[in-house]
Amino acid sequence: MRMIRSFVPGLLLLCLLFGLVPVVQAQEDEAAGQALLEALAVSSYEAKSEAIESIITSGDERSRRWLEELLGGKLQRHKETGRFVIVLENRGRNWPVIDALSFEDAGEMSRRDLDRIGINNALRGQLQSALAVLDLYTDDVDDRRDAARELLGSVDAAMVEPLRELVGSEDDAEVRRLLEQGLAIHRLNEGDIDAIAELEGSLNSRVRAALNSATRSDNPLVADAASAALLDIEQKLRINSGLETLYFGLSLGSVLVLAAIGLAITFGVMGVINMAHGELIMLGAYTTWGMQQMLPGQPGLALVLAIPAGFVVSALAGIAIERGVIQFLKGRPLETLLATFGVSLILQQLVRTVISPLNRTVVSPEWMSGSLMINEGLSLTLNRLFVLGFALVVFACLMLVMRRTRLGLEVRAVTQNRAMARAMGIRATRVDIMTFALGSGVAGLAGVALSQLTNVGPNLGQNYIIDSFMVVVFGGVGNLWGTLVAGLSLGVINQVLEPWVGAVLAKIVVLVFIILFIQKRPRGLFPQKGRAAEG
Amino acid sequence: MWLTRPFRERSTQLFLGVLLAALAIVTFLNLALPADNPLHVSTYTVTLLGKYLSYALLAVAVDLVWGYLGILSLGHGAFFALGGYAMGMYLMRQIGDRGTYGDPVLPDFMVFLDWDSLPWYWLGFDMPWFAFLMVMLAPGLLALVFGFLAFRSRVTGVYLSIITQAMTFALMLAFFRNEMGFGGNNGLTDFRELLNFDLRSDATRLGLFIATGIALALGYVICRAIVASKLGRVSVATRDAEARTRFLGYRVERFQLFVFVVSAMLAGVAGALYVPQVGIINPSEFSPIFSIEIVLWVALGGRGTLYGAVIGAILVNYAKTVFTGAMPDAWLFALGGLFVLVTVFLPKGIAGLLAYRFKRDRQASRSHDSPKEAAA
Repeated sequence: MRMIRSFVPGLLLLCLLFGLVPVVQAQEDEAAGQALLEALAVSSYEAKSEAIESIITSGDERSRRWLEELLGGKLQRHKETGRFVIVLENRGRNWPVIDALSFEDAGEMSRRDLDRIGINNALRGQLQSALAVLDLYTDDVDDRRDAARELLGSVDAAMVEPLRELVGSEDDAEVRRLLEQGLAIHRLNEGDIDAIAELEGSLNSRVRAALNSATRSDNPLVADAASAALLDIEQKLRINSGLETLYFGLSLGSVLVLAAIGLAITFGVMGVINMAHGELIMLGAYTTWGMQQMLPGQPGLALVLAIPAGFVVSALAGIAIERGVIQFLKGRPLETLLATFGVSLILQQLVRTVISPLNRTVVSPEWMSGSLMINEGLSLTLNRLFVLGFALVVFACLMLVMRRTRLGLEVRAVTQNRAMARAMGIRATRVDIMTFALGSGVAGLAGVALSQLTNVGPNLGQNYIIDSFMVVVFGGVGNLWGTLVAGLSLGVINQVLEPWVGAVLAKIVVLVFIILFIQKRPRGLFPQKGRAAEG
Repeated sequence: MWLTRPFRERSTQLFLGVLLAALAIVTFLNLALPADNPLHVSTYTVTLLGKYLSYALLAVAVDLVWGYLGILSLGHGAFFALGGYAMGMYLMRQIGDRGTYGDPVLPDFMVFLDWDSLPWYWLGFDMPWFAFLMVMLAPGLLALVFGFLAFRSRVTGVYLSIITQAMTFALMLAFFRNEMGFGGNNGLTDFRELLNFDLRSDATRLGLFIATGIALALGYVICRAIVASKLGRVSVATRDAEARTRFLGYRVERFQLFVFVVSAMLAGVAGALYVPQVGIINPSEFSPIFSIEIVLWVALGGRGTLYGAVIGAILVNYAKTVFTGAMPDAWLFALGGLFVLVTVFLPKGIAGLLAYRFKRDRQASRSHDSPKEAAA
């Protein structure tokens, strides 16, 4: 009962403000409680409303629980004894109950002996705002904010005075703003035109509802001002939904970039068509799952550890593929395509046989679930934000490796002129292995990230392989920047199209667009120039 | 005449002889022997063999572009499926008012979707000649447009493979949509009769098997004729050195386009023969995996030999039937392993093995031709 802890001073204040009951004694008196509840057991809703009011003002510590249970329909009265109980679970014939006065276990009662204290919509509204007002006195800022938000649009004349006082004593700016808005809505409903100025720019749906009803006001001035404010708000909402589409687009794009960036190394830089790339992604995702199985109860730690583990697992698998198959097919890209496709079938079936043909669940750690609230109309889900950031970090690291390290230099030398590079003392075979391991390892990283967004199953990789190739080809083979730009822009294009034509058609349109684009520019968005293009 | 030239080749004579003999033997074993005779071929097996033969025709079509033009198409399943859908639409219209909902014109799935009239692209499919024309025209047209765009801008090699794969993937997504009017996920099924022959009767099934065999023979002869003609020589030259052929003055893209369209039409015919035997056509035929599988049949049989494609298609599909019946889990291992083994250890396929075994002495005289043609 975290409410009751901080209650007494707040309630005292509240009761004084309401000014209806002169003296409050917080006594655990059975009879007084029974009397309060007894007043509820009448058929007239008006009488019930008064009874609720008197419960609120009674200052009884139990009143909050009573109101909550009344709202939930759980507060019931025994037909014969008149004893009030709270139903814990209303399933079956006999319901477990507790006593409404002492909150002690009262065994089970037959549902036929119990009478529910019914409420109607008006009472429900009254109860909700009453509970919200009670919550405004808690110490927890988040609870106060929720309560203030709940109050928007349901402020009535009786609450105006106490709320004004509260605004003065409230420390938190957000709560103050919400309370002022609540009061402004009340004033607007009374026909006060100045209240509109206070409501301008708010994205809260209740504020919009209040403004909407104000546009039908008898006073033409109020109606005009309200519709002007409403137009302004709608403009803001449109920008918000545009931003949201952009965010989802970038998020989808970051997934594409992650899936394709490894391919941009193996296919783009080395010229090896690896159709098993998707399965390397899948291995990364399964590594995450495996880590979580090994560290039960610590999904966050498992996820962090899965990043290096996924890289290593996929890189090793990549080395095995390179040594076992691809090295025999140098210079025969079409055969490489077929052979690696065979490898992908084997890997898929291996996962199906060894682990399970069904999807596995990968848990998201707590710090990745939830969302980041930008404003009342726009919130960004945290897991997608993390994946977006992760994709950019991976991209930056790869860029550094390719541009600033010995390995990157050697890779570029070997791809531009293998024979010359070897003549300069570069061990080309070793570079091949390292490059392929790097590309495969990045696929594993993509798998770790994807496990946070989609189901982890044997078909995970297959769903991304065509998209990944499209991204690499669209961006320009051998160009990491091209992959980044292509992936992000394809993601955004997809999301922009989606509300118009639906998800499937959007995908088809994007595919057709890329097919046509390749006709126009066979070397992609950013074709390679100079020496590198000759190969 | 160029079309009769193949009949003078020994390899074609041998292939046609074996094929026709097989058709005759199966027909005899099916019709003349009583069902309890151990050599009797059941109608179920006949239909299964008919399915293999339609796959074989598809493989021949793929071999024509891959083996002789150097284009690895990962989208031939799309042409196959389009031909199949054209046939399926005709068969759907033949059902008439005997569907579950009894609508005289609309197929069941359209009634289910509350459509009140046929979409325009379904018009005419009640006439068999139109439907059979569309079996070739629909895939041919797609290949024409796609090939025109691709070859004109000189998209070749791996890029072409990837965009053909994207094409069939996009088509698969499109055909999965109910709004497209092709039955969505379920595809077209519940066929009753073809040209007034009951599709469920044994005689029709045997007839379809024979028709597929004859279509395969015709397709083989047409492909052989193309390959042996001057046009075929130019396409082989394109395969081996595209830039050089272009510099010699040939309009490479026109040769590529012609062969590609012919191949697509053959694939369409294969699809049209496949559908009445299997009894269903649905979007899974468009799946990229199926298209890659076709390429494996060709690779296993031996690329650039045509008859190798037939051998590969029949062998792989027979193995698939056996495996998926006995050990369903092992099939993908076997298929994947086959991909790796064939490409790494058997680049010329079974036909290459045969050629190495029997025709070692004749290899030298064909050095100007494709080495793979030595088998022929």
